[in-house]
Amino acid sequence: MSSVCLYFHVHQPHRVKNYRFFDIGHDRNYFNHQGESDLDNGRVMHKVKDKCYLPANQMWLEALERHPELKLNFSISGTAIDQFEAYAPEILDSFKRLVDTGRVELISETYYHSLAFLKSPREFREQISLHRKKLREHFGVSPTIFRNTELIYRNDIAHEIADLGYKAILTEGWEHYLGWRSPNFVYHAKDNPDFKMLLKNYKLSDDTAFRFSEKGWAEYPLTAPKFAQWVSAVNGNGHLVNLFMDYETIGEHHWADTGIFDFWRTFPEEHLKHPDNDFVTASEAIERYDAVGEYDVPHYLSWADVERDISAWMSNPIQHDALRALYDMEQDVRMYGDDNLLEDWRKLTTSDHFYYMCTKWFADGDVHTYFSPYNTPYEAFIAYMNVINDMQLRVEEARERCGSVAREPLVPEERLTFVEWWKERLRKAFSPEYDY
Amino acid sequence: MKALMFGWEGFPPYHSGGLGTACMGLTRALANEGIQVTYVLPRRIPIRAPWCSVVFADKRDAYELASEELRRIQSPYISSEEYSLLKERYPELSNFENSLYEEVLRYAVLARRVALEEDFDIIHAHDWLTYLAGIEAKAVSGKPFVAHIHATEFDRTGHGGVNQLVYNIERAGLMAADRVIAVSAYTKGILVQHYGIPADKIEVVHNGIDRDDAHIVQSNQEIMHKLKERGNSIVLFVGRITLQKGPDYFLRAAKKVLEHRPNTVFVVSGSGDMERQVIQEAAYHGIGDKVLFVGFLRGQTLANMFKMSDLVVMPSVSEPFGIVPLEALSNGTPVLVSKQSGVSEVLRHALKVDFWDTDEMANQIICLLNNPALQESMRSGGMREVAGQVWQKAAGKCKCVYNKLISAFEPV
Repeated sequence: MSSVCLYFHVHQPHRVKNYRFFDIGHDRNYFNHQGESDLDNGRVMHKVKDKCYLPANQMWLEALERHPELKLNFSISGTAIDQFEAYAPEILDSFKRLVDTGRVELISETYYHSLAFLKSPREFREQISLHRKKLREHFGVSPTIFRNTELIYRNDIAHEIADLGYKAILTEGWEHYLGWRSPNFVYHAKDNPDFKMLLKNYKLSDDTAFRFSEKGWAEYPLTAPKFAQWVSAVNGNGHLVNLFMDYETIGEHHWADTGIFDFWRTFPEEHLKHPDNDFVTASEAIERYDAVGEYDVPHYLSWADVERDISAWMSNPIQHDALRALYDMEQDVRMYGDDNLLEDWRKLTTSDHFYYMCTKWFADGDVHTYFSPYNTPYEAFIAYMNVINDMQLRVEEARERCGSVAREPLVPEERLTFVEWWKERLRKAFSPEYDY
Repeated sequence: MKALMFGWEGFPPYHSGGLGTACMGLTRALANEGIQVTYVLPRRIPIRAPWCSVVFADKRDAYELASEELRRIQSPYISSEEYSLLKERYPELSNFENSLYEEVLRYAVLARRVALEEDFDIIHAHDWLTYLAGIEAKAVSGKPFVAHIHATEFDRTGHGGVNQLVYNIERAGLMAADRVIAVSAYTKGILVQHYGIPADKIEVVHNGIDRDDAHIVQSNQEIMHKLKERGNSIVLFVGRITLQKGPDYFLRAAKKVLEHRPNTVFVVSGSGDMERQVIQEAAYHGIGDKVLFVGFLRGQTLANMFKMSDLVVMPSVSEPFGIVPLEALSNGTPVLVSKQSGVSEVLRHALKVDFWDTDEMANQIICLLNNPALQESMRSGGMREVAGQVWQKAAGKCKCVYNKLISAFEPV
């Protein structure tokens, strides 16, 4: 049996505008750049909508109608859903149509596509919980399988995620930790035979996600029959092939004129020609196949770059300093901040901000994989830290407001805000956001 | 392979500007590439260059240039007005011709003789002052001619008030050359747009920097240390105080920075025709005590100044290359450069702004000074990057240009 588990990741960050030092204390809108540049979140959303989201969703919807055996998996970050709602609700509707077929499974993740697991277990759990709520609200589903930001994984993350009640996690299948073993089986986490792991077959995934339109590649052009043949070759020495990739690779990284849509449109048919083949959702995969062994990952593993570590987000002093500054204010934001402040803070936890500050590719003169709306990583850092500075001011202001309550009588308007703030705190204290 | 190279000024420490530094780095690296360079200067001056043979076109006795002004008169970057003015002020210059153009013409005439007497395969001339010499040398020898451009008239004048005569000489040299070497893609763009030189005739060879070039002033050291002890950050400007280098934009950014970050000191090192204006402007804005003018620095003194500074800013209006940021990074000091510079093409560990966007300049300066992690990132990354930007790389490219030209060249 050769099952294909097709999983697409959908994400858009709230990009920080060119926020200057002089804006600190004056401008509280950090994400509202408007103009030609890719810092304009609305502009990016409309671009990707036309190139990828709407045409790709339509393509899959038709494929699902054509092939009752076809199954798909998606994860959609909370920040992406927020921006669908704000800029293009039709995208959300089209994802709903996909999920409503009953053959598209949604995977859980952190709402803000964050690196919270590095710094704050509490924030990590809360963001997962927020994302669950968002999915239930819009799609009426509650996922049972988790993927961490950029498929980042380490043994302790499995422990954390299992504790939240999840059955399995997705991550990278890397020889370094697999050894001689194949990624084409289900594995389980270290010391936890019940918590299953689906490992990305990065060779086959990257053939479509990265190499597809590379003219210098020996296998160019990649056709659906050829690819289906490679996948079927797993028959006999594997149970399933996990094809995991960013959804934006369809239409946005590889434009329509590369033939990427035709490729995916015909792939299900080609794959199903072989009677032993089928498609599975992640849940079906772990139901159907037993874990064949333990996947022991003592150090952080991700699906990024050749290093497959977290160096794209955490490898130079500015990235470390930005992350430190962000989480240093977590306690105060929670204690004194209102919902707006907390939400802005959370938008700043998105991993993309740290990715834009990466300079590791400079070393070898290689600029290939570096996508950033900023001119330089240093500009990204400067804008981000200016925003952090403004956030610190807001925290200070909020703290003063709370502190002055006892001493001075409130004017009516302020009292209203304060009462609401207090109510909100009570609500949070007595009905926590966890819903496990 | 033998190259006949026409220069205008001597090498450090007997130089006045970037051209001398660049010619030294290039000739030394070419020598390492196995190329015999004959470096021609218009007049006899003290010069130390064991890696090449130096020829003085006038073959007169050593002419000691004792003072700063005298050195500056040799610089290709001074205006002809300034030249005549300086000559009036200094009677000992009487054995220089009475205008810069005559000096240029005289050099061209002498170059014919040099070209007949020397043995070489290729002619290489640096900037407009030497182009006529290059053209004449080609005329008498029939050897291929490479015109190297370090700065155009548009850079020197900040794209306004171009001197027609200088432009004509520049253009004539570029047209006559068999190949043009530009110090940046930025400069190449100017040559294509303003001089009508075909793009495929121009090769971009970025300048380099060698470890031992990055030295520089001692007397100011004490006062700088005191300023730092009192918690001041130091932002440094190094360059001639002229329109092209954007000292006025530096001052405008300084004013904005000081409004938010009073414990900052701005140091201006260099001299030039805008010096008086910039000093007055600083006083007018009430930041005179925060902007220090320390004059022209070189050698170890400048190196120390770099090391003491927290940031070096090069806000040039139009900068074909710009070696100062590389010198600063070699000394471990982060840099902010204008996007209108060639060096911004090769530096990635640098802050980059449009020279006119003084808000953004001030924003980036403040953030850098306030953030040690940012300084550290840019320092370590920049030092690594500058270590790769060596003259040997430039010399290798030059050699390729020579080879192609010589192999394809039919003697006239």
